[in-house]
Amino acid sequence: MYKLLLCWRYLRTRYIALASVISVTLGVATMIVVNSVMAGFSHEMMARMKGVISDVVFESHSLAGFQDADWHMREIRRLAGDDIAGMTPTVAIPAMLNFQVRGQWITRQVNFIGVDEKTCASASDFSGFLLHPANRQQANFELRDGGYGDSRPSTLDKQAPRKALIKAGWPYRREKAKYEQSLRVQRNAGRQAQSGASADPFARSAKSSESKDPFAIKAESAEQVFDPATEQHTGVIMGIALASYRDREGTDRFLVLPGDDVRLTFPTAATPPKAVSDVFTITDFYESKMSEYDSSFVFVPLRRLQELRGMIDPTTGVGSVTSLQIKLKEGVDASTFRDKLKAHFPPELYGVYTWQDKQGPLLAAVRMETAILNVLLFLIIAVAGFGILAIFFMIVVEKTRDIGILKSLGASRRGVLGIFLSYGLSLGVVGSGVGLVLGVLFVFYINEIADLLGRITGQPVFDPSVYYFQKIPTIIEPFTLVWIVAGAMMIAVMASILPARRAACLHPVEALRYE
Amino acid sequence: MASTEPFSPIANGRLPASAVASGTAQVVETTDVHLAAVNLRKSYRKGHLEIPVLRGVDLEVRRGEFLSIIGQSGSGKSTLLHLLATLDAPDTGEIYFQGNRIDNLEPAGRDVLRNRYFGMIFQFYHLLPELTTLENVLSPLMIGHGVWSYLRNRREMIRQATALIESVGLSHRLNHKPRELSGGEMQRAAIARALIANPVMLLADEPTGNLDGTTGEEIMQVLRSLNRDQNVTIVMVTHDDAIAGQADRVIKLREGRVELGG
Ligand SMILES: Nc1ncnc2c1ncn2[C@@H]1O[C@H](COP(=O)(O)OP(=O)(O)OP(=O)(O)O)[C@@H](O)[C@H]1O
Ligand SMILES: [Mg+2]
Repeated sequence: MYKLLLCWRYLRTRYIALASVISVTLGVATMIVVNSVMAGFSHEMMARMKGVISDVVFESHSLAGFQDADWHMREIRRLAGDDIAGMTPTVAIPAMLNFQVRGQWITRQVNFIGVDEKTCASASDFSGFLLHPANRQQANFELRDGGYGDSRPSTLDKQAPRKALIKAGWPYRREKAKYEQSLRVQRNAGRQAQSGASADPFARSAKSSESKDPFAIKAESAEQVFDPATEQHTGVIMGIALASYRDREGTDRFLVLPGDDVRLTFPTAATPPKAVSDVFTITDFYESKMSEYDSSFVFVPLRRLQELRGMIDPTTGVGSVTSLQIKLKEGVDASTFRDKLKAHFPPELYGVYTWQDKQGPLLAAVRMETAILNVLLFLIIAVAGFGILAIFFMIVVEKTRDIGILKSLGASRRGVLGIFLSYGLSLGVVGSGVGLVLGVLFVFYINEIADLLGRITGQPVFDPSVYYFQKIPTIIEPFTLVWIVAGAMMIAVMASILPARRAACLHPVEALRYE
Repeated sequence: MASTEPFSPIANGRLPASAVASGTAQVVETTDVHLAAVNLRKSYRKGHLEIPVLRGVDLEVRRGEFLSIIGQSGSGKSTLLHLLATLDAPDTGEIYFQGNRIDNLEPAGRDVLRNRYFGMIFQFYHLLPELTTLENVLSPLMIGHGVWSYLRNRREMIRQATALIESVGLSHRLNHKPRELSGGEMQRAAIARALIANPVMLLADEPTGNLDGTTGEEIMQVLRSLNRDQNVTIVMVTHDDAIAGQADRVIKLREGRVELGG
């Protein structure tokens, strides 16, 4: 009992000791803030990645893919049908994307993916990342009449409405077609005027030979039939970062819009592959907010891509695919599922990966970063521990006589040890408790604090054009709080062990004589 | 807390002589002897110089006796008292309490002995500065009891302590810290603290040494009435002949020995 009483009284009368735990407080608060923000970032990132990549990818090693996706899906369902929530076949290949901006051709290297509109929603959140609200309900490769500018209902993003997107869609395409038509008319008029003026015999003969060519006539007539004001090519959904860039104010500037045509060049499935190329019409943008994906993914309908690449068996009409995206049911372990498939399908032909496998390096980097920060911050708390140690030694020296008195009254070694250990523990509790409250408050108001700091310094602390979030994401994990607080208390107790032992081992007579 | 009794036959507080006689430990002399020291030697080392302080002290205190030990400053009175209270161990020699040897007890045994059987009073009062008078007086009980047993019996203990403080005339200073008390008041508080656990023996080291004559006299009165009315054995160390003379018996410490015919 006397231990608690004395410990309490020492706490109340020695504020210097409380000062020594301020560093513990700060350390704990910083650790909580750092961990929450890191957890927030990585959670946000993982959620996006998980939405983009399905849980498990079953893929062929070759670009030509494997025949008969249906048979493979049946086989996988037979193996582990209970674990599967959805599956969709895809063709994923590298490709070159070309589009024209103000007369200049821009080329981008992309991941070209053929998706099956009917089943893709069952395996990943593909449609959830599209801009047009109707496409978010059901992905579709038809150009819409507008409505691309609607802001997305997301908690983290209070994005400025993208004005450029409001007119996108058919209205934009019609207007553009009209404009280009008028340009062409002007140019033709100019050319005719020119050719009429010069009596060049070669030009005339060339023209006549052109009209004689039967294929040329056919091509010409087909082109004449295609009216860009009312028709579209096969739809393509492009990663938004391929089509836009973000300026310093955080608003997006678009190079192309839904309604524009782009050209894609990609290898066929033949050996050796040949390059083929086709024109597509942008029907929507894909925005997962993972810059890696947004700046590389280009989606087209699976069937069309199979046709273009010659992946369809002309006799049976069955297409090949390069991969199957598999979504697992809640609570199914992706690794064991992967191993099951790996055991069944020959590894020389097929690769099976979980989404963690695919994103391993990125996740590992984030984990590593968190771990290093934690070690550094824990070292700060450990330094605080030495402060406590020093102050405790001072207090023990100051209390030498009192320790002698206690011993003369029959207090045991363990009792005296207990006084100072519980003193250290209570300092740890106070220090880490205050740190806990401070840290959690800071995390709750982190965006307000960042705004305030930004206003004071005139420099935005959190630049939304660098990150894809408008606000700082945070997650407070109770388990992290527990171990941070427990660790800080441990350090406080450890720092008090040496002084407490010294106090316990004091010789009572010497202590009584001490003045 | 430490429930291990230093010696088995003693249940609590005073006990009949027959119980002591039947004790397992070695019995010395008659049952009348409450505390005995046999050929105590103690020396301190200073560098390689050995300073003998006690050179063979023999001492017997009878039950209910008021013994005072006088001697010059530096003659080793405090050292002797600390040995008797088992706060320190002698180089050689033996100490018997109620017929049981106590100088070689385990630490836990000594703690119980000091907590329940001995009460100690010091020249400089030695109250704990962070605690109030009441808490200081209660501290031996707090030490002797665990948290739960203290909380359960707290009311009774506080009643006891208040009564004791009243009996030493300090009831108006219950909630004062030691630094708000005068020397005499502090010594009264220290006496109350020494008595709270109902000890059978009081060891006092110059209890009046720091007080003026009248206050010292008052303290002596408290001690004498304690010895007379409650039959507490008292060993008091002092260098003041007049104070020493109020005891039943006076022995003189000189050159580390008890002077014969004192
Ligand atoms: N820890 C120690 N180291 C060395 N010498 C010591 C130590 N403690 C006590 N002494 C010596 O032992 C001798 C006896 O000391 P003690 O305190 O018992 O004297 P005392 O009779 O109580 O004196 P006083 O009347 O002044 O209190 C003194 O000479 C002192 O210097
Ligand atoms: Mg002395």
